[in-house]
Amino acid sequence: MSNVTLRVNGSTHTVDIEPSTPLLYILRNDLGLQGPRFGCGLGQCGACTVIVDGAAVRSCITPTSAVTGEITTLEGLARDGNLDPVQQAWIDEQVPQCGFCQNGQIMTAKVLLSRNPNPTDAEIRQGMANTLCRCMTYYRIQAAIKRAATSITASSTARTGGVA
Amino acid sequence: MSAPTRTPETTDQRTTPDDALSRRGFLKGSGLLLVGFSAAAVVGPLGFRSATAVQAQAGALYPDPDFRQLDAWIAIHEDSTATFYVGKTDCGQGTGTAFRQMMCDELDIAYDQTSLVMGSTDVTVDQGGSGGSDAIQVDGWPMRRVAAEARRVLLELASERFGVPVAQLSIREGVISVTADPSRTATFGDLVGGRRFNITLTGDTINATAGVAAVKAVQDLNIVGQSLPRYDIPAKVDGSLRWAVDVTLPGMVHARNVKPPFAGATLVSIDESSVRDLPGFVRVVSRGNYVAVVCEREEQAMTAARRLAVDWRKPATAPFPSSNDLHRYMRSATPTSTRPPEVLGNPDAALAGAARIVEAEYDIPFQGHTAISPAHATADPSDGQMTIYSNDMKSYGMRNGVAEFLQMPREQVRVVWMEGPQGYGRTAADDAGFEAAFLAKELGRPVRVQWMRDEETAWDTKGPAYAISMRGGLDDQGQLVALEYNARAADYYHLGYNEPDTVLIAQLFGIRRTPASSGRASLPSSMYAIEHQRMTGDVVSMPLAHETPLRTGNLRDPDGPQVTFASESFIDELAAAANADPVEFRLRLLTASTEDDSGLKRARSIAVVRAAAEAFGWDSRPSPKTAGTGNILTGRGVAYTYRSQTVVAQIAEVEVNRTTGHVWVKRLVCAHDCGLVINPEGLRRTVEGAMMHSLSRALHEEVAFDTEKVTSVDWVTHPTLTHRDTPAQIDVIIVNGDPNPERPDLPHYGAGETACKPLMAAVANAVFDATGVRIRRVPLRDAAVLQALQAARA
Repeated sequence: MSNVTLRVNGSTHTVDIEPSTPLLYILRNDLGLQGPRFGCGLGQCGACTVIVDGAAVRSCITPTSAVTGEITTLEGLARDGNLDPVQQAWIDEQVPQCGFCQNGQIMTAKVLLSRNPNPTDAEIRQGMANTLCRCMTYYRIQAAIKRAATSITASSTARTGGVA
Repeated sequence: MSAPTRTPETTDQRTTPDDALSRRGFLKGSGLLLVGFSAAAVVGPLGFRSATAVQAQAGALYPDPDFRQLDAWIAIHEDSTATFYVGKTDCGQGTGTAFRQMMCDELDIAYDQTSLVMGSTDVTVDQGGSGGSDAIQVDGWPMRRVAAEARRVLLELASERFGVPVAQLSIREGVISVTADPSRTATFGDLVGGRRFNITLTGDTINATAGVAAVKAVQDLNIVGQSLPRYDIPAKVDGSLRWAVDVTLPGMVHARNVKPPFAGATLVSIDESSVRDLPGFVRVVSRGNYVAVVCEREEQAMTAARRLAVDWRKPATAPFPSSNDLHRYMRSATPTSTRPPEVLGNPDAALAGAARIVEAEYDIPFQGHTAISPAHATADPSDGQMTIYSNDMKSYGMRNGVAEFLQMPREQVRVVWMEGPQGYGRTAADDAGFEAAFLAKELGRPVRVQWMRDEETAWDTKGPAYAISMRGGLDDQGQLVALEYNARAADYYHLGYNEPDTVLIAQLFGIRRTPASSGRASLPSSMYAIEHQRMTGDVVSMPLAHETPLRTGNLRDPDGPQVTFASESFIDELAAAANADPVEFRLRLLTASTEDDSGLKRARSIAVVRAAAEAFGWDSRPSPKTAGTGNILTGRGVAYTYRSQTVVAQIAEVEVNRTTGHVWVKRLVCAHDCGLVINPEGLRRTVEGAMMHSLSRALHEEVAFDTEKVTSVDWVTHPTLTHRDTPAQIDVIIVNGDPNPERPDLPHYGAGETACKPLMAAVANAVFDATGVRIRRVPLRDAAVLQALQAARA
């Protein structure tokens, strides 16, 4: 066991743990951040996805000691009490069935849109391909990603005073 | 719209012991809500409080809420908000929102002034939890009737208060007023807020529960029929929902199972020294062939389970054939049971006289639930009681099963239902709940059990494999005159609902149910008028019946996708043999009789088949279409069936890559009739999900095994549908085929599972239309399709 310092959702935490422990279990069990979930422990399904320095990371196979950047979990996406446009699009499209995998879907979509604000259908299918949903809500997820893309583009246009 | 101020809104708030305790106290007749109690309680780090404190202060355990008391179903609070308590669980289809809509309409209260508590055995009446897609169809009726009764009582109370007959009162959104003098008003809270109704209901069974009041006519329902957003979605999207998998209790330890590496293996010995020195090690627990390791922390338990040295002895004979030999084995095995044949007319004579005979055999492998989250539960054994925090869709059955399994009085056992990964039948035989309860009792500490991915994929319950043979006779006009069907189902030891002698831990203990909990070989469902028929079914067993990873259980419409894959593929084969358009061929069979049932299923079947064809833009022609010359071949296929009174027809449009064998279902259309629709957008998404689940089974899913063990252990060895497979367009057409859709008593039927049934056949029929090659085995993986295309060319 040794002390590991993590920066998560804007706060700094020092935890006394076995440093090779996958990040998922530290977030869930030590920091009480249960947005990321255990689905496979193999990095295959994406349910455990968190964002580290802007990249989607599968926390179930990432040793905690290997994480040095700023971690964002599902709980940390909202800003000033407002849901992230991706989260809002998920509500507007009424995406989830059971909802268990949606952490991975939302976090992966968030990174996809931050890198490609106007993805094509093919780019969405490709970018989301390895994030699994066993209620198979993919059709609605893809609609929500397009809705979020439109909303992000519209608000950034409004902020910069530009005209579309 | 304002949110209710004091009623709980999220599952974790509803299911904390504080809430449950005050609810139980209320139901016991104190007449007062035990407000302020939680301030004295011991609250755990995440808001969960040990049941120790609950029980100590409650002084009582967990009696059954009495369904004949109106107070067991509905509580009106002082601020005029209401909480509904129902004995169902939501497997992810938004049924909770639909229940609220139905009850709000009958009670005359605004939707956003209500909340709903589901499925926790000590505070909600026992409606059995979920299963069979009959929540709206069956359980919705007592919900409507008790809400109507509460409305009647409130009107009576207002009548007394104002000295005005009920007929001269108006009621709207939780407020009752004197019609002639609208300044005289009373809210629901004024009339009964925080107090008991004290109304005894009638009914021999919970489904018959009724008061004096009648339910409203369909035309008077306003909230029913609206596409209200699901109340549970925001907390699932912002990360605030506490799921069953999130439960943390003071003093809780983590357990992992160590499964036999071979099916039918016998435990010889455990070398505990292999893990005793690991950090956090608590204990190895074993009984019979059940083995678990318990540690203080989750990652420690995972490590210990991997490292534990266990000596297992292989069984003397192979537990099953390999998955490649499965259907050959099934067709040659001696049946363990045979259902009585269902015969119409004289099929032998009709087949002998037919102008043309068509025969085909269809194979459907074992397909697993493979839920996105492996099984999990947390059990708290404090003070001699047992509380299980679980996503068990049949929480009431788990309570009874665990009580019997642990030989505890059932009044000392409760299940707190919380959200979890899709139910679809897996949690009807909820292994983790039983294991957590057993381990918690052994250790005297709260225990969290979490299965691993390989364990879940290999050892979850499986949908039974089917081998189906069909034979049909056409006359010289291309009319179907005779049909024979035989199903062989590998379903000998089908698991029941949380039975203490069939859940996996019981089997591993060596417990055997005799006679076996036998499954069935199911028959197709259609309204086709075929004069001469013989329908038969046999159940066969694998060599190993117990402690097997191929144990069968209910998987979302347990046999429908398998049976309908065969029956609706075969109808297509007959249509092709008759050189008839597949839609017209089906309509001819549906309209060959005018006899209908009380639910007008024939008329509604005809309507949905027509609606699907119209929505798709179906052009009349026989299949297959003339093959194109390019690399991508396109085609369309239809299939139709019903379940109970819900009728569906589906059309798939496919692209088949003839170089790779890859099938992409580009478009799906479903015409769907489930009677009165409670929430149209909710229904659409449920139907989409059901179709997509069957699409995954059509294209990807098959449990693989060798003659020792299941080799499907993760998402590589057991592939599933992904974003790449998603159709470009899905249309769900809500049909009301009832000849009088305006009738005031239009029933609401079930919706969830019927749409699972025809999809695999629609896809195979579309592939035939595109390629002229009939594939009679699912899944239609690339390699299998390519092989079939190449074989046809050779």
